[in-house]
Amino acid sequence: MTVRTTSPSLPSPAAPSVATTAGTVAHARDVLGVSRLTNHALTGWLHGLPGVDQVGCEARAASLGTRSVKTTSKAWAIDLAIGMIDLTTLEGADTVGKVRSLCAKALVPDPLDPSTPRPAAVCVYGDMVATAKEALGDSGVRVAAVATAFPSGRASLAVKLADTRDAVRAGADEIDMVIDRGAFLSGEYLTVFNQIADVKAACGDTHLKVILETGELVTYDNVRRAAHLAMLAGGDFIKTSTGKVAPAATLPVTLVMLEAVRDWRELTGVQVGVKPAGGIRTTKDAIKYLVMVSEVAGEPWLSPDWFRFGASGLLNDLLLQRQKLVTGAYSGPDYVTID
Amino acid sequence: MPTFEYAPAPESRAVVTIEKSYGLFIDGTFTRPKALFDTINPADESVLAQVTQAGPRDVDKAVAAARRAFDGEWGALSGAERGKYLFRIARILQERAREFAVLETLDNGKPIKETRDVDVPVAAAHFFYHAGWADKLEHAGLTPSGGPLPRPHGVVAQVIPWNFPLLMLAWKIAPALATGNTVVLKPAETTPLSALLFAQVCQQAGLPAGVVNILTGDGRTGQALVEHPDVDKIAFTGSTEVGKAIARSIAGTTKKATLELGGKAANVVFDDAPIDQAIEGIVNGIFFNQGQVCCAGSRLLVQENVHDQVVAKLKRRLETLRVGDPLDKNSDLGAINSRAQLERITRLVDIGVAQGAQRWSPECSLPATGFWFPPTVLTGVAQTHRVATEEIFGPVLSVLTFRTPAEAVAKANNTPYGLSAGVWTEKGSRILWMADQLKAGVVWANTFNRFDPTSPFGGYKESGYGREGGRQGLAAYVTTSPRTPSSTTGDTR
Amino acid sequence: MSRLDVRKTYKLYIGGAFPRSESGRSYEVVSASGEFLANVSMGSRKDVRDAVGAARSAQRGWAAATAYNRGQVLYRVAEILEGRRGQFVDEVAAAEGLTPRGAAASVEAAIDRLVWYAGWTDKVAQVLGNLNPVAGPFFNVSVPEPTGVVGVLAPQGSSLLGLVSVVAPVIATGNTAVVLSSADRPLPAVTLGEVFATSDLPGGVVNIITARTAEVAPWLASHRDVNAIDLTGAAGVDDLVWGELEAAAADNLKRVLRPTVAGNVAVEPDWSADPGLGRLRAFLETKTVWHPKGI
Repeated sequence: MTVRTTSPSLPSPAAPSVATTAGTVAHARDVLGVSRLTNHALTGWLHGLPGVDQVGCEARAASLGTRSVKTTSKAWAIDLAIGMIDLTTLEGADTVGKVRSLCAKALVPDPLDPSTPRPAAVCVYGDMVATAKEALGDSGVRVAAVATAFPSGRASLAVKLADTRDAVRAGADEIDMVIDRGAFLSGEYLTVFNQIADVKAACGDTHLKVILETGELVTYDNVRRAAHLAMLAGGDFIKTSTGKVAPAATLPVTLVMLEAVRDWRELTGVQVGVKPAGGIRTTKDAIKYLVMVSEVAGEPWLSPDWFRFGASGLLNDLLLQRQKLVTGAYSGPDYVTID
Repeated sequence: MPTFEYAPAPESRAVVTIEKSYGLFIDGTFTRPKALFDTINPADESVLAQVTQAGPRDVDKAVAAARRAFDGEWGALSGAERGKYLFRIARILQERAREFAVLETLDNGKPIKETRDVDVPVAAAHFFYHAGWADKLEHAGLTPSGGPLPRPHGVVAQVIPWNFPLLMLAWKIAPALATGNTVVLKPAETTPLSALLFAQVCQQAGLPAGVVNILTGDGRTGQALVEHPDVDKIAFTGSTEVGKAIARSIAGTTKKATLELGGKAANVVFDDAPIDQAIEGIVNGIFFNQGQVCCAGSRLLVQENVHDQVVAKLKRRLETLRVGDPLDKNSDLGAINSRAQLERITRLVDIGVAQGAQRWSPECSLPATGFWFPPTVLTGVAQTHRVATEEIFGPVLSVLTFRTPAEAVAKANNTPYGLSAGVWTEKGSRILWMADQLKAGVVWANTFNRFDPTSPFGGYKESGYGREGGRQGLAAYVTTSPRTPSSTTGDTR
Repeated sequence: MSRLDVRKTYKLYIGGAFPRSESGRSYEVVSASGEFLANVSMGSRKDVRDAVGAARSAQRGWAAATAYNRGQVLYRVAEILEGRRGQFVDEVAAAEGLTPRGAAASVEAAIDRLVWYAGWTDKVAQVLGNLNPVAGPFFNVSVPEPTGVVGVLAPQGSSLLGLVSVVAPVIATGNTAVVLSSADRPLPAVTLGEVFATSDLPGGVVNIITARTAEVAPWLASHRDVNAIDLTGAAGVDDLVWGELEAAAADNLKRVLRPTVAGNVAVEPDWSADPGLGRLRAFLETKTVWHPKGI
């Protein structure tokens, strides 16, 4: 009875696993159709993207949020969402004990139900990578590290690159970098591009997520431009927020980013992932995001390889809802672990 | 990885009680059911209930009851007291919203998410808005300060269509009562149930007998009602053909009329449009309520240099539309209201294809019973094709192109209709220029199909006359001429 | 030796020019006391057709003129009328059988009415339009716009004041008019056409046809490129049923301003009364524009 989404028949994503800045620049020149990648060329390209009408965008996001996902599809969505979580702790007060505890949670999310899937990754500061890596071992749960002077990004490029290399050397599977919002807002797109491309190069074959910090970009037009800039510069994922700035992830911001990765794949054949982070706390919220992924970007993104949630508390709510579906009774906070 | 299919999420139909049969609501009570005909659920063709075919004598009784109420208790009420009845009705509609939403979906076939999120809440909002006007009419700018106060016409005959049964009822009854008129309303033949439930709301609100009378029946009932000699004013929403017949039938009389008729709106998309929102606006414009909307954006006028891009994005978007059980909360499109309407849509689309349009619909399986039509896009349409000029009143979008703003305006206005239009561009000055040029009563710029009780709605040219909603909508329900018998100085119809 | 006077030829006023009726017909106009006054063109359905075409061509430009400009033009018409006051007094006196003083008062009232409407052009939108506080993040404004081409049956009795009172509100807001003058008292209408022609009013904004009302009014009422019709002048025409004109107007859903009715009979209104906004409102459409508000 429903209209089925047929996935577009595009070449499978073939992003180079190891990038060089020169290679990224060459690809960018190709996409823009220019012989030299200048700030002027970038500005023309980014400002030539279609605008985003705030009201219409928010109305569409709200409308997707009214989908009713029940019973079997809810169970499926909960497990998918759990598997998409980057279980995160990014506090000044983080300790080895705290990180180990979080990793234990990632390995055994629900001691009462061993069939519960594991989250995709544990996300920590760079100095905790080794601890997390050790705790997670070869479980398949990845370690993501924030880098590049997270969360503000206010440091020299050299420091940012050192920060990145440090985390990579410590064994991080994924790097979550922040863009220079100051440079972006002052129109220094080439600076932002170069920094991302350099960090990408520094990552080697480590996955790069580019945090746009949409709360500081303010407008959806900016979000769309920043998303395209990050993809042009080689980001494997675009991520909404650090979690340190309000508002963090919202449905409409994620909508704009999902449209961006959809359009990018159409334009270049390259698929880029999306990670909303911060402020997603409930199963209901998570399912709204999944509905949006499914209906806006499409089925190819419905996988932890292409969509993540940056969250901490969300996991427990998903577990409570999962218990409810399994047992038929409403569960309570005493039946999930606090880590 | 399985596709993210949503399990069925049907709204419970247990929230509403449907009687086996219904009489007419005249003078505050329901008559004994007689001369019954079926009202069916268009989604599965099951019979929901039987309702009474009102005959000429029923019309006489209802008009007489309305006249008595106007000359009696209702006419004697202060504006403030009238307003309080409207506030009561608004509140009851909100309290019983789920009941109305389910009933409307069953009888009409439109998806529950629309009745739940649009039809019923906006209907309640209309009563709230007009309730406040009841004791402020002298401030509405309809008469000069210090001049005569605006007065009600008396008995108003109201005939409404099947596409928004409860909402159209609210658009009609709320301003009529706020201004002190009494009402005889005929809902559409295929969608009488929400009006009959509304009759119960009138009883629940303690509305004086005869202020609102509901007559069910087919076109004969409507004709008898509008031609009744003791009716002072007519408010009609429906086809242009019937609207013209009404205009002829009241010619040379003192009856007033407002007519809200057909449309063939152009939705104009420029190459600098906010493209993703424009796609949503196109979808909302033509697939809201299965396109059975007089102001539907049925003609997509897209700038030629972005035609392919827009059509490709549109098709991708349509592949995510969910057509099916109207009671399922995830259905985006429900059933077509009647077999007759389905046949009309089918015939016009076939003609469109025969005249050279290319037809496309997303892959979708439609239910075996009930009246269903898939969301459809016709590309390669020319102005001369019938699908570009005739109102299809279904989920069918005709796509045409233009090259310059002047050409867009010329094509948009090239129709006897003039109800609504859409414009999509990020350039502010162009929006204002287009809004000036478009011959349409409602212009949606960078949005579409928005409705609000404060916002006047109604058309130019053959889309009818008069406005509904807002300050301007009040004008249709009052007379400002001096109180002399059978004198109509300076009144338009 | 007495001088032979030079008599004026009374023609139609269409598209800014003064053609004779395409039918080649004319008819004799006599004064209220029965003396011969002039031969005037007897307009036909084809003259109506031409006038509607002229009015349609002029409508977009006239509506697009600034309200200030339309006000200036109407005021200019009043100025020129004032300058030809004497001629109008004579014509009105002859047509309506008024005393010179009565005719003068009527002409002055007509001039003052023009001035009154001239002042309305740039206020109508403010008085009849408004913002609407919709329940959502939208800018929403309702503005009055001219209906388009308006057919006007000018009153049969009041040959100048009545005529001005029905034409001015139509054109003040940007409509254009096809006017059927009083059939028996057409001379002030023809002279008013000359005033229009020598003012700054663009050709085609007002078109005046002298004719037998009952013969040509049905063609105006049924014309599908006419958007509205004022039936005021149907009052007092023997062989004309205004309800039939209204029924014909329904074919393209023209807006209809009915004649004043008293005791079931159409009568001519009292032109000395305060006109109010009724005639302005009658030929306006409310256009409502929505736009989202966002960053």
